Amino acid sequence: MKRPYVIIGLVWLLLALAPLVASDYVLHIGILVLMYAYLSQCWNIMSGYTGQFSFGHAAFFGTGAYASSVLLTKYGVSPWIGMWVGAVAAMLIGLFIGFLSFRFRLKGAYFALATLAVAEILRQIIQNSEFFNKTMGILIPLDPNPLMYQFESRIPYYYVIFIMATLLTLLVYKVSKSKLGFNMVAIRENEDAARSLGVDAYRTKMIAIGLSSALTALGGTFYAQYLLLIEPPLAFASNVSISILLPSIIGGAGTVLGPVIGAFVITPLGEITNVLFSSTPGVQFIVYGAILVLVILFLPEGIVGWVLKRMRLRRVQKGPETEQTTGKREKYAHLKR
Amino acid sequence: MPILSVKELTKRFKGLVAVSNVSFDVEQGEILGLIGPNGAGKTTLFHSICGFHRPEEGAIFFKGEAITGLNPEQICKRGIARTFQIVQPFGNLTVLENVMVGAFNHTNQAHAAREEALRQLELVGLSNKVHMNMTDLTFAEQKKVEMARALATQPELLFLDEVMSGLNPTEVSEMIELIRAIRERGTTIVFIEHLMAAVMSLSDRVIVMHHGKKIADGQPEEVTQDETVIEAYLGGVL
Repeated sequence: MKRPYVIIGLVWLLLALAPLVASDYVLHIGILVLMYAYLSQCWNIMSGYTGQFSFGHAAFFGTGAYASSVLLTKYGVSPWIGMWVGAVAAMLIGLFIGFLSFRFRLKGAYFALATLAVAEILRQIIQNSEFFNKTMGILIPLDPNPLMYQFESRIPYYYVIFIMATLLTLLVYKVSKSKLGFNMVAIRENEDAARSLGVDAYRTKMIAIGLSSALTALGGTFYAQYLLLIEPPLAFASNVSISILLPSIIGGAGTVLGPVIGAFVITPLGEITNVLFSSTPGVQFIVYGAILVLVILFLPEGIVGWVLKRMRLRRVQKGPETEQTTGKREKYAHLKR
Repeated sequence: MPILSVKELTKRFKGLVAVSNVSFDVEQGEILGLIGPNGAGKTTLFHSICGFHRPEEGAIFFKGEAITGLNPEQICKRGIARTFQIVQPFGNLTVLENVMVGAFNHTNQAHAAREEALRQLELVGLSNKVHMNMTDLTFAEQKKVEMARALATQPELLFLDEVMSGLNPTEVSEMIELIRAIRERGTTIVFIEHLMAAVMSLSDRVIVMHHGKKIADGQPEEVTQDETVIEAYLGGVL
């Protein structure tokens, strides 16, 4: 039987019903978890699957947040529409980074630095521009109206981000089994070999960065509407980029569920350390950092990556593959890096 | 009309002339061996034809159409596939997934790509290893996966870069049989090889390169008797 699917389905159902019983605080944590799961899943498409490591996803996140907020406060456009404007703007920025980097074969750490630089440039532009309210940021006036992407309680916010994260994860699952997904992974593993097999590396990388940046911007709008505030550091700082990539790294980059599981581990962890060490400020970061170091040291492939590796080893120990184990293998193929 | 026609091809790296004014034709359905001492420019010639290097001078025609200066992926789409001298696996993918990447060249459907990949893996004799990671296979098997991957793109012309190196005698004879079988199915083959026994038994024709130049072109028996070839290999002392 397809046991993993049943388990995933049950967990999904539990999450869907959680707001009925959860306290306001737990709901808040839940929203943050789902938001980082969503954002990290966006990162996963471009960096986890396609292997183009981004250290500047804040650029797309902030673009989305600012685009919808400016359109709302200055022109009265509903963020439900503004978020698509943000998505297109972020996609253009992403494609521009891609055009410059991929045309001229910028790779690895150099590509990561280029993305970091773009996020920083955007931050400087925004915080020096009168139009964007400089370092003051944008306060979104209180007006609980679902049509304006503003709700009275946390529950609707929870469901919005829950649906976004679900749909995106389904999309990534679909892509991972498709030609596009195979092309992306082939480029990550070995670009020369991929090209020799007819994979258009440039086009595939552009699709990955375009998709990833546009979807990340939608998350930015959600964040601004949830917080009702957006400032340059909240939007474009490098720790935003790190928060976006960390769940994937911890959970397993290049796997469908890695970013989701990573977000469920790391966001509550940050909260717990905050609460435990609230009397001694600073200690929570040391503990949080130490746990991260340990996880990366012992699970370099992430949680899902580690599970998949264990499963593979166990199969190898069982001896030559039989029909039965072959069937079993198929079940997890979508999770495979 | 020859399937591939290389005309006065020259590839330079800064001052070094790696391939110098090389011309040759490949006929439909033949197995052409390409030999020469290390550093003769054989692999550079392959790379130039397959789009990994841009040649400075000369032209390449595939089935009468110029393909000079195209990208590797465009050349693959035209019907030329290759393997690498040093195996280039998609290490974190299974054997089947490796070959499926090639098979997606002619289909957008995952199940169709899967079937095509399984067909090619059966041909190279790896049907029982499809779900293993490519990097967990033996060296000879990895080379076969690379061949299956290239074949899955359904090439008319296949370039093999030293597929025999590092194989034991049993594996070599298997590989020779495999290359013959691929030709039987209608794929033209050009291969670089140092192992003379394999070159002699497989090739319909042999081209010898030395210092970037083509120094001989003919039947395997003639070529090995050729004065310039002997000189190139033995250094001219004799």
